[in-house]
Amino acid sequence: MSDGAVILIVDDEIQIRRILQITLEANGYRVYATETGDAALTKAAQLRPDLIILDMGLPDMDGLTVLQHLREWTKTPVIILSVRETDQDKVSALDAGADDYLTKPFSVDELLARIRVAQRHALPEGNENEIFTTGPLTVDLTRRIVTVHGEPVKLSPTEYALLRLMIQHAGKVLTHHQILREVWGPEYVKETHYLRVYFAQLRQKIEDNPSLPKILITEAGVGYRLAI
Amino acid sequence: MNEYRPDPDSLLAAVQKDAARQQRGKLKIFFGMAAGVGKTYAMLETARERQAEGVDVVVGYIETHGREETEGLLAGLEVIPRQTLSYRGTQLEEMDLDAVLARHPELVLVDELAHTNAPGVRHAKRFQDIIELLEADIDVWTTVNVQHFESRADAVRQITGITVHERVPDSILDLADEIELIDLSPEDLRKRLAEGKVYTPERVEVAANNFFRTGNLTALREMALRLTAEHVDHKLQDYMQLKHIAGPWKSRERLMVAVGPSPFSEQLIRWTRRMAYNLEAPWIGVYVETQQVLTPAARERLAHNLDLVRSLGGEIVTAAGENIVDSLLHAAKQRNVTQIVIGKPRQNSLQRFFPGSSMVDRLIRTSGDIDIYVVTGDKPESEQSPDRMLTSAERHSTWPQYAMALLIVGIVTGLDLLAGTIWPWVGYQAVGLTELLAVLLIAVYLGRGPALLAAAASAISWNFLFIEPRLTFEVSQVQDTIVLILYFAIALFTGNLTARIRRQERQARAHAERTMALYTLAHDTASAVTMEDVLQTTVTQIGRIFDAQVTVILTDGLELARQSHRCSTLQIDEKDYAVALWTYHNRKSAGLFTDTLPLASAQYFPLLTPDRTVGVIGIRTRDKTRLTFEQEVLLQTFISQVALVIEREMLDEAAAQSAMLHESERLYTTLLNSISHELRTPIAAITGAASSLLDSRTITNEISRHELVEDIQAAAGRLNRLVENLLDMSRLESGRLELKRDWCDAGDIIGVAVQRMWKCFEERPLHIHVPSDLPLIRADFVLIEQVIVNLLDNACNYTAPGTEVIVEAFMAKDSLHIVISDTGPGIPPDDLERIFNKFYRVPGTATGGTGLGLSICRGLVEAHGGKLTAQNIPEGGLRFVVQLPLDAPPPPVQEAHL
Repeated sequence: MSDGAVILIVDDEIQIRRILQITLEANGYRVYATETGDAALTKAAQLRPDLIILDMGLPDMDGLTVLQHLREWTKTPVIILSVRETDQDKVSALDAGADDYLTKPFSVDELLARIRVAQRHALPEGNENEIFTTGPLTVDLTRRIVTVHGEPVKLSPTEYALLRLMIQHAGKVLTHHQILREVWGPEYVKETHYLRVYFAQLRQKIEDNPSLPKILITEAGVGYRLAI
Repeated sequence: MNEYRPDPDSLLAAVQKDAARQQRGKLKIFFGMAAGVGKTYAMLETARERQAEGVDVVVGYIETHGREETEGLLAGLEVIPRQTLSYRGTQLEEMDLDAVLARHPELVLVDELAHTNAPGVRHAKRFQDIIELLEADIDVWTTVNVQHFESRADAVRQITGITVHERVPDSILDLADEIELIDLSPEDLRKRLAEGKVYTPERVEVAANNFFRTGNLTALREMALRLTAEHVDHKLQDYMQLKHIAGPWKSRERLMVAVGPSPFSEQLIRWTRRMAYNLEAPWIGVYVETQQVLTPAARERLAHNLDLVRSLGGEIVTAAGENIVDSLLHAAKQRNVTQIVIGKPRQNSLQRFFPGSSMVDRLIRTSGDIDIYVVTGDKPESEQSPDRMLTSAERHSTWPQYAMALLIVGIVTGLDLLAGTIWPWVGYQAVGLTELLAVLLIAVYLGRGPALLAAAASAISWNFLFIEPRLTFEVSQVQDTIVLILYFAIALFTGNLTARIRRQERQARAHAERTMALYTLAHDTASAVTMEDVLQTTVTQIGRIFDAQVTVILTDGLELARQSHRCSTLQIDEKDYAVALWTYHNRKSAGLFTDTLPLASAQYFPLLTPDRTVGVIGIRTRDKTRLTFEQEVLLQTFISQVALVIEREMLDEAAAQSAMLHESERLYTTLLNSISHELRTPIAAITGAASSLLDSRTITNEISRHELVEDIQAAAGRLNRLVENLLDMSRLESGRLELKRDWCDAGDIIGVAVQRMWKCFEERPLHIHVPSDLPLIRADFVLIEQVIVNLLDNACNYTAPGTEVIVEAFMAKDSLHIVISDTGPGIPPDDLERIFNKFYRVPGTATGGTGLGLSICRGLVEAHGGKLTAQNIPEGGLRFVVQLPLDAPPPPVQEAHL
């Protein structure tokens, strides 16, 4: 899966760098590590990494600033790995273009899974015509047919639009803001209760146990993710 | 032996003087009999010597009067530039006090001690500048002539005929550590004057013929020598007392001078001060408050005279009473006074006929063993006689009262005429008596003036209309003449009597009001609970009683606060704040109506307690008038009382703070004890497992290696949970927790929480009952999720595997209930409430918790306006109920426009 992809680690903690380096190299990635935001920007330009793991609290500048600078010229997936755990931190990082957000302490398995998801997103678009499947859910994106355990399910246009958006970004956290803007439009970004209502409806239709969803996961205070 | 024992009081005073001097800069006065003796020259010469010795000398202010030799000496000395003030179009130069304070030299030279500063300078007088410099621990050298001392002003005027306006209090001499008399014979001085070394040529002529006459100079020289000698004598005595050298100890004399509003009083005060100084005795100025109402001018002069007493170092006492002699003696005996000084009054003609009837005579007769000095004063310059005291009756009789008097007389006369026609047997004498009654009544109710008018009117009408022969002014019988005279006598007598009673009444009322005001203040401040209350009461009371706006600025312990307290009714600007700050640091009143910074917009008083200054109070009366002496005394009493109450409040606050600190320290200790255990256990597990892993012998066994790694993981998880709990707790406690309320789906929250706890429910059957039509609630998703996670965690930690856990959500009345129940053992009923306390753990339960989880849960739920309770389930098990209030439903949901 890794096929020698290049990962740049930006973190000022030596232990974290070492753990990441050992783990990722053991999983077949080529890993480079830097300590400062400044060095990170230079390295990113030189190495053109396939993925960047970025800490928010760097000695010379804020991780968010690094992210914003990166996003000026590259779409390389960025996973934030930080001790900052408030929703506000997560939301602002995701809104600024981070692909995922993991808080320390983190599980290595979880990180590897997120790396894989982010990498997949980095692949060029074009799987629009495909048929998407996760767990009991199958969605034929060309014919707009949704089935659960092979049984067709009828979705309203808004529900379908939501599901399609989540599938397009499968595995990635989308903030409330991002979802509302994509589906309803920029003037609706504050109406989070739309999401509560529609996600509850969607879960009733596609989840086996809507009380304990397995497909449409709520990221508390941040947004939603479609699990794969 | 006894009579050679040093008096403890004076010993203490000498030591205190010495101690005060050690912190203060030293003052040296170059002292002369007149201008031109060479004081400035001598000062500069000595200063240059000091400079050569390496002392840091600067010139604060030197007036060379264009004398070349003096100017020559200035060269090579650092001169602080003067400040320039513009006053009514003129540029005035003054010493820049702040610049000198900022430069802080060892020694500063300031010429002309008696100089009066230009308006706008901080202090009215230069000697006040010098005192401030001394208090800043800077040595000061200055110059002054003998005629400028308060106590010599009269003598100088008598000798030279010139009134000296620039005066300094004699007490400045007490501050001096050294006095150098610059002596020159009158002839030499006149020679210098003639040579043009003192004044410019055009002024020489005038000066030589007036002030610099040989006779004048001789007298001034004697005065200067004597003052120096006296001061040296005092220094010697101070020294002897300090070093326990037995000396000629004087008996303790105590002088008292009667102070009144008369301009003559000033001379008496100076006389007493001189005398007290020579006797080494303390002295008191006493003001006897009688029923006389003072005119504003007299009040002003009284205040001035009392100020003089204060500035000359006397104590002020007020006594009240109608009889001046008795009051004086009473005050004197109370204070162990041995000598009383009074002025020799101008006798009126009546007293000349009856010797022994004057106040002085009575005082001498009744004073017992107190000596009485009767001092004559010559006529004060402008005032010919003290203002006539006005009686209240005179002041308050207005023209309607006169008209009323005439009307009454008219009515009585009319009635008498009528009675005379109806009953011819009513004689004219009866008529006379009725009119007398009318005059009497008028005197009682309308005052003396209207009574005299009524007496005149009655006399005329009675004579003209009733006394035979009628319609003429003839009086045939002597007794009728007597009755006519009686009209006036009764009118006068009764009128005066009434006026006096009224005055007494008013004074009694004023006293009562004062007492009442003090009582109210004492009562209100005593019952005030907070500083806010105390200050509010103070500002209101002072504002009401003195009809003034008030500002209060408190100290923060080190420095005066930057802002007036919010209770203040007077807002002050930067400039006034500087005055308040000065008041605070110098512990003296300043601002309007004082000698210090009089251009301020209000008068500032320090709030002094025996130990410290707790703040400053500023007062501005409504029409910016000066408070009367009585008012100021009352205000001072108020302020000292308030200062004590404020200090009490400050101490209370400090005590409360330290109690709080104590409590938080206790919690801190509990926290440390609790978490050090909680921290160490997992750390021990991690380090133990890690070191075993490093040991090559363990690694050979794959299974035990896996177990060790799992241990590390579990211990780290436990540490992480603890840290999260502590962070949550501190966020809650600090009050910085901000709820990010948004619309939430309770079912969603429960789902997320359960998924976070999935490990726990692998071994415990879980039932979730959440209806799909639950309304949305406005809550902080993350925090409520945290609550549910903690409650689930609780259920997992304290129940055995296999125990059923049920999570339900439902609507009840106007709140949403989330209920988490288990079928475990439950807890003792007593603990149902206690488990929500910080660090409380049910005795005998499994280890692993921090004792914080439930406390955090309750805090979070309450922050949402909800309730969290625990109940034992009768069939067995524990149930936690989270109640969250419901808001108005959210706006309707729209389909997307696709």
